[in-house]
Amino acid sequence: MSDGEPLVRWQWIGDHAGELADYTGVHLRLGLLPVLFGLIISVPLGIVCHRRGWLYAPVLTVANILYAIPSLALFMIFVNYTGLTERTVMIPLTLYTLSVLVPAVVDGLASVPEPVRQAATALGFGPARRIVQVELPIAVPVVIAGVRVAAVSSLSLVAVGQLIGQGGLGYYITRGLQLDFPTPIVTAIALIMLLALTTDALLVLAQRLLTPWSRSKVTTS
Amino acid sequence: MNELLNQLRLVGDWLASSQQWHGDGGIPQRLLEHLTYSGLSLLFAALIGLASGLLVGHTGRGAFAVAGVATLARAIPTFGLVVLVVTLAGLSTTPVLVALVALAVPPILLNTFEGVRGVDPATRDAARGVGMTEWQVLVRVEVPMALPLILLGLRIAAIQVVATATVAAYPGLGGLGRFIVDGLSRNDYELVIGGSTLVVVLALLVQIGFTALRRAIVSPGLRVAAFTS
Repeated sequence: MSDGEPLVRWQWIGDHAGELADYTGVHLRLGLLPVLFGLIISVPLGIVCHRRGWLYAPVLTVANILYAIPSLALFMIFVNYTGLTERTVMIPLTLYTLSVLVPAVVDGLASVPEPVRQAATALGFGPARRIVQVELPIAVPVVIAGVRVAAVSSLSLVAVGQLIGQGGLGYYITRGLQLDFPTPIVTAIALIMLLALTTDALLVLAQRLLTPWSRSKVTTS
Repeated sequence: MNELLNQLRLVGDWLASSQQWHGDGGIPQRLLEHLTYSGLSLLFAALIGLASGLLVGHTGRGAFAVAGVATLARAIPTFGLVVLVVTLAGLSTTPVLVALVALAVPPILLNTFEGVRGVDPATRDAARGVGMTEWQVLVRVEVPMALPLILLGLRIAAIQVVATATVAAYPGLGGLGRFIVDGLSRNDYELVIGGSTLVVVLALLVQIGFTALRRAIVSPGLRVAAFTS
């Protein structure tokens, strides 16, 4: 970097506001859709693991092994099948969320007090209706704690996708390196962190709205 | 399926060719670089994360700050941080270490803190009651009981570090990511997949290593409890 170049040239941000907004939208899509897909997979999988305890250990092991595969390597492996597309970034990110979301669903269901379960059964709730109307709502705080971790990690991982040309705001990180110009890099990092922290705050808010009875104890882990 | 077999054969060919195993830019050199980045940053991160996690967990002060720091650090895109530090400070090992330490501290800190805080207060009181000093309570009671979670934090950090050290190659540094980035720019798919395979194998070895370590050092009395975490 040349001497005297400031860390941020505000002028550049002003000139690129429209473009930055477009990439921010792409970034949100690439980062958050995988969390949604992950949740769609994890809720039924978690319910099954909760019902059939012996299934949980092998499922968790597979999820942890998937999580251990580096994102860059996993992107490369999928390039062969899905090309340099958004899917190539979103499939690995979806797989990563499982190692957080499946335990979150299982722990959430395990947090339902036994008397509550029995009371629901006594009131005539069948297994399916009991899961949907009683157990899952009680599991919401623990599940959302997992969703927060998954969403924040996913949004910051998207940037690596730029190495296959699909990185949302990661575009500005490689651009800044090519131009030897720090402003786009700093802007991209700041925007990505802003997206992650805003998402986190919105999820905390969502949890309060969804579970008005547990407003006093919000847990994070 | 044929595609997959073909892919595996390419990797086999690449790994088997002897030129990969010698000299400048060969697998041994790249592996050594990768292990140096990962090992050093994990060491620094463990010093920071364990010390602060034990302190906050033991005293109970600053719990709120720990959760905040963990979320904030998780939100930092490591790839961006590596590139930024290289742009500002030039090509050297330091930028990689800074970024990887920032990545590895939160899981270690958070799990150490949760582990120590999760020790039953009655157990802690009993330890004080038999005349242990605060230091002894920490070292002889809290740390052994928190060990499953502490190891979980270290394992998560180690895997993330080994996996993420690959991005160091993008701004021109070494490590196993070199094969992936070079292969991409040369359209040499064999190189990309070969490099990726090496990183995956390394990450799995770390996972296996930590499982073995847990068997070896966690107190037998805690093993059942450790599984649920």
